[in-house]
Amino acid sequence: MWLPVLGLLIGILIGVGWQISLPIAYSSYMAVGILAAIDSVFGGVRAALDNNYDNVVFLSGFFTNILLAIGLTYLGVKLGVDLVLGATVAFSIRIFNNLGMIRRHMILGIARRWGEKKARQKKEIIN
Amino acid sequence: MRNWQVSIALVCILLGIFLVAQLRTQQAKGPASLGRLDALSELYKHSEEQRELLELEVAKLREQLTEQEKASESAVAEELQKLRILSGLTSLSGPGIVLTLDDSKLKGNEDAPADMYLIHYEDLLLVVNELFAAGAEAVSINGQRIITTSEIRCAGPTILVNSTRVTPPFEILAIGDAQTLQSSLEMRGGVLEPMRPWGIQISITQKDQITVPPYKGTINFKYAVENRGE
Repeated sequence: MWLPVLGLLIGILIGVGWQISLPIAYSSYMAVGILAAIDSVFGGVRAALDNNYDNVVFLSGFFTNILLAIGLTYLGVKLGVDLVLGATVAFSIRIFNNLGMIRRHMILGIARRWGEKKARQKKEIIN
Repeated sequence: MRNWQVSIALVCILLGIFLVAQLRTQQAKGPASLGRLDALSELYKHSEEQRELLELEVAKLREQLTEQEKASESAVAEELQKLRILSGLTSLSGPGIVLTLDDSKLKGNEDAPADMYLIHYEDLLLVVNELFAAGAEAVSINGQRIITTSEIRCAGPTILVNSTRVTPPFEILAIGDAQTLQSSLEMRGGVLEPMRPWGIQISITQKDQITVPPYKGTINFKYAVENRGE
């Protein structure tokens, strides 16, 4: 469970060390890209907890989401409509949903483990 | 190590790099996002300060030039001095009038728009024109000497004279025959008459001795060249 967090820290360190920065004109593209990436990460964790994680689905989803989000933003700029807002809202909702499911899994998992422990203790007392 | 953790960790590395890059971009944007207007007004203030410094330098260099002239032949110096007076590069004293114009204290209503109660660049233009027509030999508006290339121009809410902002109250100095100058301004159908109903504050004082400042800018001819054949 801690490997993704470690990965994030490594990424931040690389970013700090690398000194990359984008032209301001592209900052909105980067912003939706980041949202898409966050969405993919939570989606992946959730799928893993649901036991239906698939590597190809996860990675393809990650790249497709980012490309789609950036494409949508670009289209919005060309059309003069803030499509970036649509992408932002959609990703935010998905992130919240996924987070909710992850929270549910974790609480249920902890509760189950706690229940098993109690049961074992009872058994030991009985024995 | 489970497979999904590795993939997600890889994606997280990318995410971290993105995040830092984006934060850095947003930080770099900093002062500009406070408002273009603010930045521009800051620039404007800065360049105005710089121009004041340069004006000081021009004054100093002119002083040096005067010293140099003293050393040179007196006839040339005299001719030069005459030309300098003519082009408004010297401070001049003499009898004349002090005309003060200020925006009206009355407020506008639906019958009369508010801008009727303000002094416009046209008003200054008309007054200066009238003064020269009445024989004024040197005129200045709020310390800006009117010379051959001077402009009086509207720039949004302010007026530019010699590319310098002037704001009400306007103090116009004119050297000449004081009585003639005052009469020319105050005559019926003259330039001041249409301003009075709107409550524009006008005061004219005749003085035995006023001093009109010199032109502070530089005179550069970029396109015009002397035609010696004529």
